[in-house]
Amino acid sequence: MRRNLSAAVLSGVLAVSALAGCGGGDGDSGTASGDDKITLGFSQVGAESGWRTANTKSIQESAAAAGIDLKFSDAQGKQENQISAIRGFITQGVDVIAFSPVVTSGWDAVLQEAKDADIPVILTDRAVDSQDTSLYKTFIGSDFVEEGKKAGDWLVKEYEGKSEPVNIVELQGTTGSAPANDRQKGFADAIAANTNFKIVKSQTGDFKRADGKTVMETFLQSTPDIDVLYAHNDDMGLGAIEAIEAAGKKPGTDIKIITVDAVKDGMTALADGKINYIVECSPLLGPQLMDLAKKVDAGEEIPNRVLTEETTFTQEQAKTELPNRKY
Amino acid sequence: MTSILKNRLFWPAAILVVLLAVNVFTSNQFITIRDGHLFGTLIDILRGSAPLILVALGMTLVIATGGIDLSVGSVMAISGAVACLLISDLGDQNAVGPVLLIIAASIGISVLFGLWNGALVAIVGIQPIIATLILMVAGRGVAQLITDGQIINVQSGPYATIASGFLLAVPVAFLIAVAAVALIVLLTRRTALGLLLESVGGSPTASRLAGIGAKRITVMVYMVAGGFAGLAGLIYSANIKSADSISAGNLIELDAILAVVIGGTALIGGRFSIAGTVLGAILIQTLGVTVVAVGVPAQATLLFKAIVVVALCLSQSPAFREKVFGRLKPRPALRAEVAQ
Repeated sequence: MRRNLSAAVLSGVLAVSALAGCGGGDGDSGTASGDDKITLGFSQVGAESGWRTANTKSIQESAAAAGIDLKFSDAQGKQENQISAIRGFITQGVDVIAFSPVVTSGWDAVLQEAKDADIPVILTDRAVDSQDTSLYKTFIGSDFVEEGKKAGDWLVKEYEGKSEPVNIVELQGTTGSAPANDRQKGFADAIAANTNFKIVKSQTGDFKRADGKTVMETFLQSTPDIDVLYAHNDDMGLGAIEAIEAAGKKPGTDIKIITVDAVKDGMTALADGKINYIVECSPLLGPQLMDLAKKVDAGEEIPNRVLTEETTFTQEQAKTELPNRKY
Repeated sequence: MTSILKNRLFWPAAILVVLLAVNVFTSNQFITIRDGHLFGTLIDILRGSAPLILVALGMTLVIATGGIDLSVGSVMAISGAVACLLISDLGDQNAVGPVLLIIAASIGISVLFGLWNGALVAIVGIQPIIATLILMVAGRGVAQLITDGQIINVQSGPYATIASGFLLAVPVAFLIAVAAVALIVLLTRRTALGLLLESVGGSPTASRLAGIGAKRITVMVYMVAGGFAGLAGLIYSANIKSADSISAGNLIELDAILAVVIGGTALIGGRFSIAGTVLGAILIQTLGVTVVAVGVPAQATLLFKAIVVVALCLSQSPAFREKVFGRLKPRPALRAEVAQ
């Protein structure tokens, strides 16, 4: 009796973990194709920030609008989940696979499997470092190096004509992820010419609010004069603001803050004067992605790099833009 | 002297002291008084370690009965999500009464999740690692359902106090952890409860035959672990004034198990050490802060942490200590040979 019960519960566990594996995935996972409706398998990084949830929403809504059957899978921030999700899509025989890679490396094997199965792959928002670019059709997303550069350019302009030392601390994104690597590089390149600019501390906050706060607390304790904080996303910046306020300093005034993303919470802080400058990284690439998926499925040629449309915000611009922010 | 050296908590304590000493040099203010309360790196460490102490405390009791609780991180996420959702719906978020009520309700829900775990383990008879795995996986989904996948922001002064506030110049979060530790120490060392826990962990069957309500005790420790995890989740979410159901308590079960093991509690159950667990939790938090303070590059932080943990585990291994330090001591074995 007990053995039977355990077996029953165990199969329950398996069912639960299978469900969690494609958390939020709607509908059954019967084999696709057959009809003329395009099936798109999409593997999302997770829901680590407001940006990401807006990205997910944009993809789900535009898929419904475009009449594309979306198989959505959430990797919960783990590469192994993403690889198994992609393998699942291959087994199900979807028409197009799109995914936002958790990290840049280690994708060759699974992408080769997709290629062997003749399923085109579209990378969204983050790139991979595979040497063989024929493994995927295109990469749609922001240019993270450019984002880092925009952040650096603003800082250079802000301190134009001043020669006193500027101590910068940096909150990096998830170690090894493309946005973290590229935003770091773009920023460093942009400020390289100014010898008075110095990045005194740089550590990962994993794109998370709580980590941003903890790391900033330690930065504040271990670095005498911080003039500028550069955070690779809004959420870490928001966490850092809490730490700066707790240390009795005024965010935006005592410490200038630059972040990337421009989600609603970040824009609110920008409009309140707690952040000084935000470089936008738009998550609303759903419509463009659906367009590409249709073209790829129809066998049309598409450019191998598609950029999303983006801008930057100062505190004044944030006040006008804020009412329109949906995410 | 040798008795201090032989104490199993000597090496973890020594490493903690070394790490703290490093922080004395790297920080502007290690400990000082500002705006009428204590301030500095040491205070940040104590405040930051409160959630881990709470979770590890519950984990110690569960492990003492020979079980394990993998679901603590998910319970943290759920309790933070419930609290933030309810508080964001309040008309006046700064009203103390309703916020306290919500805090109590969130902890109550967490205790119920603990009851679920305990029932699966003690009454249905499922292996603890499997029984709690169910909630570990499903619980995070529940938390995401509650928050609708969004980060819920709250602007409640009383709620933020439990993480960032100060009482009598000491961080409230740390006081909560201290109170929890004191309560558990009192219950396990001043009453027979500790003995009963150890006997259940040692042999549930023998305990039952000796007239101990082994099942009841098992269910109870999972409920306590759930409640403490819920409290930790509240501190976590109050710290950032928002419910982040994805990252709240993510992988904290592993840190908690590590804290318990560093503290010298055996994973097979039986004897347990509350003081050891607290020491382990503070050590893990200090390690995290030290990594940032000394400026270890982000790519190398995990390696750095791994080296410290490996060194720590080796220092606690009797076989390893015998090999390295054995020669330095006089050898009773040699004398025995002569006698023959």
